[in-house]
Amino acid sequence: MNKPEHPLPLSDARRLTQRVHFERDGTVSVAAGKVELGQGISTALAQIAADELGVDLSKIRILPASTAYSPDEGVTSGSLSIQDGGKGLRKACAELRALLKKSGAASYWDLELAKDIPGDAPERPAAEYRIVGTNAPRSDLPAKFAGRPSYVHDLVLPGMLHARMVRSAGKLQRLGDAPPGVQVVRDGSFVGLLAEREADAIEAAKKLRAKSRWSAVPEVPADIHAWLQSHAVENNVCKESADAAAKARGVKRLQAEYRKPFIAHGSIGPSCAVARMHGDKLEVWSHTQGIFGLRREIAMVMRLREEHVVVHHLEGAGCYGHNGADDVALDAALLSRFSNGRPVRLQWTREDEFAWEPYGPAMLVALDARLDSGGSIVSWRHDLWSNGHTHRPGRADKPVLLAAGEIEQPFERAPATDPALPAGGAHRNAIPAYDFPDLLVTRHYVRDSVVRGSSLRSLGGFGNVFAIESFMDELAHAAGKDPVAFRLAHLKDPRGRAVIEEAVRRSRDFRKSEGKGQGLGVAKYKNLGAYCAVVAEVEAGHELRVTRLVAAVDVGLPVNPDGVINQIEGGCIQAASWTLKEAWKPGVAGWEDYPILRFSEVPKVEVHLLKNQLPSVGAGECTMGPTAAAIANALHDALGVRCRSLPLTPERIAEAINA
Amino acid sequence: MKFTLNGKAAEVKSDGDTPLLYVLRNELGLVGSRFGCGSGQCGACFVLLDGKPIASCDLPLWSVEGKKVTTIEGLGKEGELHPVQKALIAEQAAQCGYCMSGIAVAAVALLNANSRPTEEEIRSALDKNLCRCGSHNRVIKAVMRAAHE
Repeated sequence: MNKPEHPLPLSDARRLTQRVHFERDGTVSVAAGKVELGQGISTALAQIAADELGVDLSKIRILPASTAYSPDEGVTSGSLSIQDGGKGLRKACAELRALLKKSGAASYWDLELAKDIPGDAPERPAAEYRIVGTNAPRSDLPAKFAGRPSYVHDLVLPGMLHARMVRSAGKLQRLGDAPPGVQVVRDGSFVGLLAEREADAIEAAKKLRAKSRWSAVPEVPADIHAWLQSHAVENNVCKESADAAAKARGVKRLQAEYRKPFIAHGSIGPSCAVARMHGDKLEVWSHTQGIFGLRREIAMVMRLREEHVVVHHLEGAGCYGHNGADDVALDAALLSRFSNGRPVRLQWTREDEFAWEPYGPAMLVALDARLDSGGSIVSWRHDLWSNGHTHRPGRADKPVLLAAGEIEQPFERAPATDPALPAGGAHRNAIPAYDFPDLLVTRHYVRDSVVRGSSLRSLGGFGNVFAIESFMDELAHAAGKDPVAFRLAHLKDPRGRAVIEEAVRRSRDFRKSEGKGQGLGVAKYKNLGAYCAVVAEVEAGHELRVTRLVAAVDVGLPVNPDGVINQIEGGCIQAASWTLKEAWKPGVAGWEDYPILRFSEVPKVEVHLLKNQLPSVGAGECTMGPTAAAIANALHDALGVRCRSLPLTPERIAEAINA
Repeated sequence: MKFTLNGKAAEVKSDGDTPLLYVLRNELGLVGSRFGCGSGQCGACFVLLDGKPIASCDLPLWSVEGKKVTTIEGLGKEGELHPVQKALIAEQAAQCGYCMSGIAVAAVALLNANSRPTEEEIRSALDKNLCRCGSHNRVIKAVMRAAHE
């Protein structure tokens, strides 16, 4: 059974209502289904609850999610936590407010709650918001800056053992002797070890690895994009509006191919989990984005009853999508079968994380457009080749996590898939927001994979928007038009036009000189979320430097404007890092092999929010594609070179110059 | 093994080759220094060793004998956070925060050596610290703020 990308939270409103607890100490505990990933969701949800209930913000406590008591709101992903989780919470709080009024009780704390709640109370109109829309400071940051326990990595349970994995892609052929003082756990090719002291586990894992042998595995093809193109098994039309007459008006045709490599999530803290078996019952602490999906998968692989597995969420380092969090949790759970009831803390190493996390998939995008004699686009073809962008646990009838395929009785693992349109996966943002008369967008799905991929911030949106917005500049130049005016001439959507105009207006002070360039990229995230336009300024010297990014964003009503700005700034910087530097290849083991943007290289980022009272949508992912295209377009402005393969390293730029 | 930890005498019995990070986190209960890479490439585990920022993940315990170690937990005085920590909160200079104790430690070392750093000097001083969330510019503003308080 495929679970939908996000279950409708409104259907959870009644259950959620029962999960708002008025505690005896005068606080309100809220069991939210969305988890804190460093995006500040706990603070924003507390703002929504405080406003709708009409209680002080300081009284609201958002509980860490747990399958033991939280509503199942699916995965915390896709910039949907405010849009969906916030909506469900607001509805629940509106119910409570209506019940309070009707009951005549003095306060929520005196309210006798009936079991059944009607679920039709009106919510406060936006004009009455007092706390939503303000810059409430993040409630979790003081503890983090003080160095207090904040992450699953910091969890200490009595009698806890430390574990490390000894993993390889091949089948285990020979397991070395167990180093003294540690307990080696083997189940098929799944090998880990347990030690009293963490440093001993680390040393022992190195020794055991050196003495063990695995079968060879096929090499990853050198040209992954050609491989993808030759392995598509489904060709789905995402959008078609054939207009032969318009197409026939085309007098100039442009075609181009754009390439996106595998990109690592690259969390600063490698994945970690703690697990403890009590007889046939299992408790897991994890920084997963989906506690229920993880529970389902663990129960399936370990052949436990789902109700005998509890998954508690504790924070991890920022993940930006599906990293090793779920894999390490299953690993820890499997290891905990051998610890005689003692809790097992498994920390993946840096090398593990780079070697085993599911990367953001490589993509090939081929575009083909025709201009009429007036320089307008009359026909547009978009073809994309990619593996699925979602490989999250607990969604299919087969498991997906690494260990499921490694144990003695292995499971066949389900392939990565794509969420359906309009949000889409590989095809996210493949349908252009522009008005083109003759249009055909096709997704070529590749089921087999040579490198495991899953969701990375914005999914296919990064590759598709990079391609579309680069190509828009190419077409504008071919038509002899200004790229900004060219876009506006093809775009009716007023909110889309507004972010372009704002980003351009705010970056007018740019002064062009030799080696300097400016470029624009724009998109409406998922074709239904935030509008974002980014103007990039670059200096092309020995290497390409991004000096400034100006983003104009419309997320509807921002629940916490500074929180939104923080997400946009971070998204711009991370996208700049992907665009300039990042391409995962087999053998990447540490940060020296996988450089990311550093303090000395980070551009200035200016964020301008176009505030309105429209429904709030997520902010975390909308900048990714526009930033990439803006940088590539700025590079073209600086040097007259069109780079269509990411990342824009000195080697790639040199190749493009010499092409 | 004896050393000074956050201003107080500390003595641990661990093997001298144990990296300091695991001694801090698992034996002394100071979990504010985070594991990031185990090879000094990311800065998440930075501590001050005699006032200089250094990765604790590959620093053997024997090498700190008789020296002064300061962790994120020991930056402040008398229960108050250090001005750098306060400024980081004021600027809301984090998303996940995992890298931030190492960054705060490096920033304190910078301000101890240079009380009025330029933006370029701040960027340079923090260049060994990786941040994946993209909070760099807020951190720079926070260090500037702390320098002027």
